[in-house]
Amino acid sequence: MEITLTLNGRRITASVAADTVLLDFLRAHGCASVKCGCETSGCGLCTVFLDDTPVLSCSVLAVRADGHRVTTLEGLEAEASEFVTFIADQGAEQCGFCNPGFVMNTIALLRENPDPTDEEIRAYLAGNLCRCSGYEGQTRGIRAYLNAKKEGRL
Amino acid sequence: MLTIDRYLRASSLEEAYEAAQKKNSAVLGGMLWLRLSHRHVSTAIDLSALGLCGVEDLGDRYRIGAYTTLRMLETHEGLHRDFGGVIGDALRDIVGVQFRNLATVGGSVFGRFGFSDVVTVFLALGASVELYPSGTVSLETFCGMRGVKDILTHVILPKRQVRTAYRAMRNTATDFPSLNVCAVLAEDALTVTVGARPLCAVAYRLPAAGAGTAEEIAEKIAKETVFASNSRASETYRRHLCRVLVARAVDDVYGKGGES
Repeated sequence: MEITLTLNGRRITASVAADTVLLDFLRAHGCASVKCGCETSGCGLCTVFLDDTPVLSCSVLAVRADGHRVTTLEGLEAEASEFVTFIADQGAEQCGFCNPGFVMNTIALLRENPDPTDEEIRAYLAGNLCRCSGYEGQTRGIRAYLNAKKEGRL
Repeated sequence: MLTIDRYLRASSLEEAYEAAQKKNSAVLGGMLWLRLSHRHVSTAIDLSALGLCGVEDLGDRYRIGAYTTLRMLETHEGLHRDFGGVIGDALRDIVGVQFRNLATVGGSVFGRFGFSDVVTVFLALGASVELYPSGTVSLETFCGMRGVKDILTHVILPKRQVRTAYRAMRNTATDFPSLNVCAVLAEDALTVTVGARPLCAVAYRLPAAGAGTAEEIAEKIAKETVFASNSRASETYRRHLCRVLVARAVDDVYGKGGES
């Protein structure tokens, strides 16, 4: 069936099968930041925004995005670049495989709650699994980023 | 692997109901559980165009649309205020925010899953469900119904003066619960529900006063409840957890150390 959606600000029309998931659709349309991790809705790696709401693209049918806005990390470069650069400088990541989902969900958190506590950060990112950093580096990196912003160092 | 032949965005409940009667059709909720199944679906029925997403405050009750997400419930101010935050307590450990932005009330309730946090808390709050075309039935009755081909459109939560508590045990923070318990103390009754047995949650209703100490209530419920074993916990461990979690939840609603 034919669907029309706005992907990263660009209106596209495409034909999809009824059981194509959004993750596969996005990768086929050049969004390589959207990665397939667990495929069981548990790891957060495939996080994208559906009308500004973070969702797991491995568990959304592409047809359900018809008429909606979908944003991947490729579409958030301006908003994400400052944070991503800061996090890299902090050494808050190791292999970086989980980074796209982690960055997408952190941006969602900061849009919803610009001044979160550490507990709120951990709760919001509970659905983003990272197998090498142990999470402390990520939490510390976000805290340092927020502090740097508050102190006008960014 | 899930395969789907045809996708139908229903334009009316009649159309959705008619499609749902056909063999191998499936009504879509958040699709999180369905996605994990090895199933061939002839028609996937999407209810998103039917206005079933949102929480209505009707004065004496809340009417929650089947396509309302768990995240919307968790962050709803009125539900938080009127039910002492118990809905948020029950939902916040379900995987992650992105998951709860997809998981729907209808999918969670219609499935009557043996791991559900949603059914356990709604059952304790005295919920009922609106089914098309059958009408409204209590959630407790619905939990015992099999082979339902109706469309679940709404969940109704009556407003009452209540004190609430939710307790769950998970092997890891965002895993399915090994057992969950909800206690709701109203003027006339104490309701305790036990879920993730791993069977659908069951409810016990006790007098608001004179039902015994928290430990006595917990002992009675642990003895009466049917448990089973799975990869998360054994039957014996679940019975033990039941004693502990019920006692803590009852203590919470009466004030710790208090006798009912």
